[in-house]
Amino acid sequence: MRDAHGLLEEEPLLAEIDCFDGSNQQKKPEGFISNLKYLIVGILFGIVFIKAEIVSWFRIQEMFRFDSFHMYGVIGSAVLVGLISVQLIKRFRLKTLDGENVSIPDKTFDKGQIYGGLLFGVGWAITGACPGPLFAQIGGGFLAVIVTLLSAIAGTWTYGALRSKLPH
Amino acid sequence: MEIIELIRKPWPWYIAGPLIGFTVPTLLLLGNKSFGISSALRHICAAVVPANISFFKYDWRKGAWNLFFVAGITVGGFVGTFWLGNPDAIVVAPATQKALSALGVTDFSGLMPSDLFAVTNIFTLKGLIFLVFGGFLVGFGTRYAGGCTSGHAIMGLSNLQWPSLVATVSFMIGGFACTHLILPYLLEIVK
Repeated sequence: MRDAHGLLEEEPLLAEIDCFDGSNQQKKPEGFISNLKYLIVGILFGIVFIKAEIVSWFRIQEMFRFDSFHMYGVIGSAVLVGLISVQLIKRFRLKTLDGENVSIPDKTFDKGQIYGGLLFGVGWAITGACPGPLFAQIGGGFLAVIVTLLSAIAGTWTYGALRSKLPH
Repeated sequence: MEIIELIRKPWPWYIAGPLIGFTVPTLLLLGNKSFGISSALRHICAAVVPANISFFKYDWRKGAWNLFFVAGITVGGFVGTFWLGNPDAIVVAPATQKALSALGVTDFSGLMPSDLFAVTNIFTLKGLIFLVFGGFLVGFGTRYAGGCTSGHAIMGLSNLQWPSLVATVSFMIGGFACTHLILPYLLEIVK
């Protein structure tokens, strides 16, 4: 039997695991105008990606060859800032713009983090990009990356199709 | 116009990293959103080609914010490149440049080597490997892992989630293995 979302009874748990990435914990739905603020954050984010050369295939190669500290510095300091800010939000019980309590779902362990993680890592070294940089590269004029993005969407789709057959 | 010139130069990690880190609290406080990007790929599938697959049968509209976000990243890529672009060639670490030259890469002027990522490569073996195959692994792997460097390495670790550490370590192992064991072979066959 499928539930209201079209999910089979035994599927919900798997769906939940994945829903936590990029999750929207806000209760109030947002319309077009309200969503524009995420577009603006994205624009600033894309600028940082390009200016710090995070989108560069060469920087990723340097990272995997241990020839430069740059990417480690970026990721490390990003995590540090993220960590401190999450702690501050929790400590001071800061609320969202809408007045809600900030809620971050926990990530449950899943073997996909290992198998999928390894596969993504291989793809990351080949393309020099993780999903975010793909969008920035396209905006930056590397139109061939449109093919990469379409392939990534195809990869996601294939995962969805094969999901119940893969170890989790 | 000194400030613009300064902005045009490549930004160091201690500027870029914290700015990226700030995305975490920004998205949380703006609307209780968990920073993550690969989920956008799932929303696109759910919106465009759900094909009666369970994984894509959910209310993707709740993830609409994510689609606005990646659209913004695309615009930001444009702004960063064409309005705030670096007039100088990228400076690649000598050891990396040497290693890649030996493998056949010749164009070190831009962010991406045109040897591999030029539009003219699209219907060639190079395109098949570095665009299609690579892209496919990124899309398949990130969803199988439930996140990418944004969702796991940055958001997940910021929230002290150990599964995200597992994922991040796996990303790095996969990347190292590919760079040192697989990439030389791939670059050889497309020479």
